[in-house]
Amino acid sequence: MHREAQWEVVIGLETHAQLRTQSKIFSGAPTAFGAAPNGQACAVDIALPGVLPVLNREAVVCAIKFGLAVGAQIAPRSIFARKNYFYPDLPKGYQISQFEIPVVSGGGLRIQIGQGDRSVEKYVNLTRAHLEEDAGKSLHEDFHGKTGIDLNRAGTPLLEIVSEPDMRSSAEAVAYAKALHALVQWIGICDGNMQEGSFRCDANVSVRRPGEPLGTRREIKNLNSFRFMQQAIDYEIQWQINEIEEGRTIQQATVLFDPDTGETRSMRSKEDAQDYRYFPDPDLLPLEIKADWIAEVKAGMPELPEAMKARFEADYGLSAYDAVALTATLDTARYFEQTVAVAGTGSAKPCANWVMGEVAARLNKEGLDITASPVSPRQLGGVVVRIVDNTISNKIARDVFEALWNGEGTDADGVIEAKGLKQITDSGAIEKIIDEVLAANQKSVEEFRAGKEKAFNALVGQAMKATKGKANPQQVNDLLRAKLGA
Amino acid sequence: MSANLINASLKELAAALAAKRVSAVELATLFLDRIERFNPTYNAFITLDRTRTLAQAADADARRAAGESGPLLGIPLGHKDIFCTEGWLTTCGSKMLANFISPYDATVVARFKQAGAVMLGKLNMDEFAMGSSNETSHFGPVKNPWDANRVPGGSSGGSAAAVAARLAPAVTGTDTGGSIRQPASLCGLTGLKPTYGVVSRYGMIAFASSLDQAGPMAKSAEDCALLLNAMAGFDERDSTSLQREAEDYTRDLAKPLTGLRIGLPQEFFGPGMGDDVRTAVDAALAEYRKLGAVTVDISLPNSALSVPAYYVIAPAEASSNLSRFDGVRYGHRAAEYADLNDMYCKSRAEGFGAEVKRRILIGTYVLSHGYYDAYYLKAQKVRRLIANDFVEAFKRCDVIAGPASPSVAFRFGEKSADPVQMYLSDIYTISTNLAGLPGMSLPCGFGRGGMPVGLQLIGDWLGEGRILNVAHQYQQQTDWHLRMPDDARQGESV
Repeated sequence: MHREAQWEVVIGLETHAQLRTQSKIFSGAPTAFGAAPNGQACAVDIALPGVLPVLNREAVVCAIKFGLAVGAQIAPRSIFARKNYFYPDLPKGYQISQFEIPVVSGGGLRIQIGQGDRSVEKYVNLTRAHLEEDAGKSLHEDFHGKTGIDLNRAGTPLLEIVSEPDMRSSAEAVAYAKALHALVQWIGICDGNMQEGSFRCDANVSVRRPGEPLGTRREIKNLNSFRFMQQAIDYEIQWQINEIEEGRTIQQATVLFDPDTGETRSMRSKEDAQDYRYFPDPDLLPLEIKADWIAEVKAGMPELPEAMKARFEADYGLSAYDAVALTATLDTARYFEQTVAVAGTGSAKPCANWVMGEVAARLNKEGLDITASPVSPRQLGGVVVRIVDNTISNKIARDVFEALWNGEGTDADGVIEAKGLKQITDSGAIEKIIDEVLAANQKSVEEFRAGKEKAFNALVGQAMKATKGKANPQQVNDLLRAKLGA
Repeated sequence: MSANLINASLKELAAALAAKRVSAVELATLFLDRIERFNPTYNAFITLDRTRTLAQAADADARRAAGESGPLLGIPLGHKDIFCTEGWLTTCGSKMLANFISPYDATVVARFKQAGAVMLGKLNMDEFAMGSSNETSHFGPVKNPWDANRVPGGSSGGSAAAVAARLAPAVTGTDTGGSIRQPASLCGLTGLKPTYGVVSRYGMIAFASSLDQAGPMAKSAEDCALLLNAMAGFDERDSTSLQREAEDYTRDLAKPLTGLRIGLPQEFFGPGMGDDVRTAVDAALAEYRKLGAVTVDISLPNSALSVPAYYVIAPAEASSNLSRFDGVRYGHRAAEYADLNDMYCKSRAEGFGAEVKRRILIGTYVLSHGYYDAYYLKAQKVRRLIANDFVEAFKRCDVIAGPASPSVAFRFGEKSADPVQMYLSDIYTISTNLAGLPGMSLPCGFGRGGMPVGLQLIGDWLGEGRILNVAHQYQQQTDWHLRMPDDARQGESV
């Protein structure tokens, strides 16, 4: 019996999503990434004597959007608290966060574990989400034994999203993190850039024998890629199982994952845990969110992925698989719907095939985002229209798409016209070509007659070649079979 | 000319400036000369910069020449060194900030600049406003101009001494538990702590954020009203500042007091109050009855809890507010240290004085895990009870009166060895801060050793206009507020 079967894994995630606001959460300094060190830190960010925080309402709007998107309660009155500790990149000596009363509590996220038909759905409950400010950065390189402090990030708004310990494997944890990652981008509150630290996760991992109370957890800090998350959790699970099976007990600790060794190592134990001396920040009034503010935010929100998926299946007759793929990001979904708007609802399936196929592949190859696609939804819709009305074949359509991608022409019809790609649907013309093909390929005809189906395909290929692919393939098929008396 | 100007009211100074009987430069020079002469004795100012002050005065004169006018245009003022002042040292009375030059102006400072006031210098204070005697300043104690062997009170001791010695016509102060009213009382000044939120705290170095409030200190209630007109107002950079229409605090000064109900809390007239203080306060109350007011006995039953509640809440907030002074970005950093922790420990051990450390320790303790509920939360509940006492009291009276301080100015060292005795000198003022209400102290006579006694008036929420009126009417009948110590009078012959 596999050893893991005797163990149940329990995982909860804490995620810090950097909010896409123009300015910081408690000051007017800009939040853009990549400025010269300390170039985006104002008096409030560097905590000069006498400065005071003022809450950025945009950050609150982001929190409300998130609460609405996960079906959570949005607190009519929440409190900002000070989390006190000393660190050089924490200028005030405390972080303004929310402690006892967070802005968002409850709610949850539906996740898909695995892909396609074998995927399983699961609902992960959320504990809370609260607003807080980010710290600056300590730079240990390039300072010859000293530490440089960059406070550009200090005061950047964060939404800390805490899940219940509902995940039972690294795969579930990653699926949750991916779903959350997609959602925060979907509703436009986070750019999701994991390299720049806009979306980072801490994983609380414990193991227990089924039916027993929760084991002691260890927290893996700062996982900034899904691959590392999977590796780190898997390593941690094995490590904890080993410890217990060898008779040791797990001590609560904070650990770091080292991608080079693939191992987690303890950063500090519970004994070193700091007393943060939380108390309500007297510089800030309680955050009051009235129903009309929530309604106003709701009115400006995009349709949520769940709802859109259901609508794609119902309105366009798409499979669940297609609907999931097309709603992977809001931009993809919008691209698809704009394409359908041109091609017609009846052509939704070929539109879906093109968006998920040719468009996705090409974007992937060029490393482009769908919003930067050289072929616009309008252009793609035009291509699909001409496929459906038999003006061009799927194969020719790829040439048209390629031409549009390269900027050779402004729409499908223009390219078809200019390149003479219009499909030959005149039966007489096709028949004439078929006759020529049959005459020139007697050997294949013999073989077909002798029962070799493959030879038929060769004849179709010859006919298509002779028309430079412009003949309607179905017509070629039908006429050829008629000629051969098959 | 100068004799009148030294003891003149702000209105008189403004009139002299408007009539061009004196220029702002001449007026500033007059006070700078007095400061040069007397500051070595009283130590009221920490930072002076004659060139900059005179440049500001010249600017005020230029603005007047260009047609501008205003009640504070060209008026010289001193600012407590707790206010950030662009380009000037801003020390908060501490070694920690002894080298800190602020790159920006506090809102209060900016508003006075806009009004054309001229800054004479930065005034001494207890370190980080923690003290009631000005003995905790890194820059040495301030002497009381009425008796240089006695304290001026604190924490705005430099502010009080400067006006008492007529080194400045008016000054700013801040009051967290009595830091305007107690020194005003001990130095024979009129000082006002407004309702919490009336004056912006932006740029005022925080001691206890939920209690700190800036206010004016001057010779008379009328002067305080004029100063408050410039100081008060909503500031979008302070989330706790009140968003409301501008108020003219001089508007009701002349209102008669007929029918005014003055509440006398029994708790303020108990055994802790000195006999000399009682005599002077009683005489003031008699004067008020003559003016048509009636006195009503009231009770603030929880006021005995105000000192203990305050000494939980204020240090708790202070312990967090003072965390930013870590030697990393500005301020004092130890010369040598082994590692990061050592740098923090040494920088803060060297940079902070004993009283500041005591309060950081108390504050850290009461916020600690396991103690928070018993101390901080409990104190917040007591605070609510104290505020409710005032709500009840103001159903029966219009203003509350009592002593500002239990005794007249005490001698140096008399209380500094016993923090609790020191803390009790704010026993009558602290509850006002806990309740967020306006309070003021005005001179009402002299007690032991010929030292001034202050009468405290407490107003209902946003009732500063009312208590200014009540104080002003008293000052129309009495001249306590015009009395000066000998050195100040000496100046008359200049």
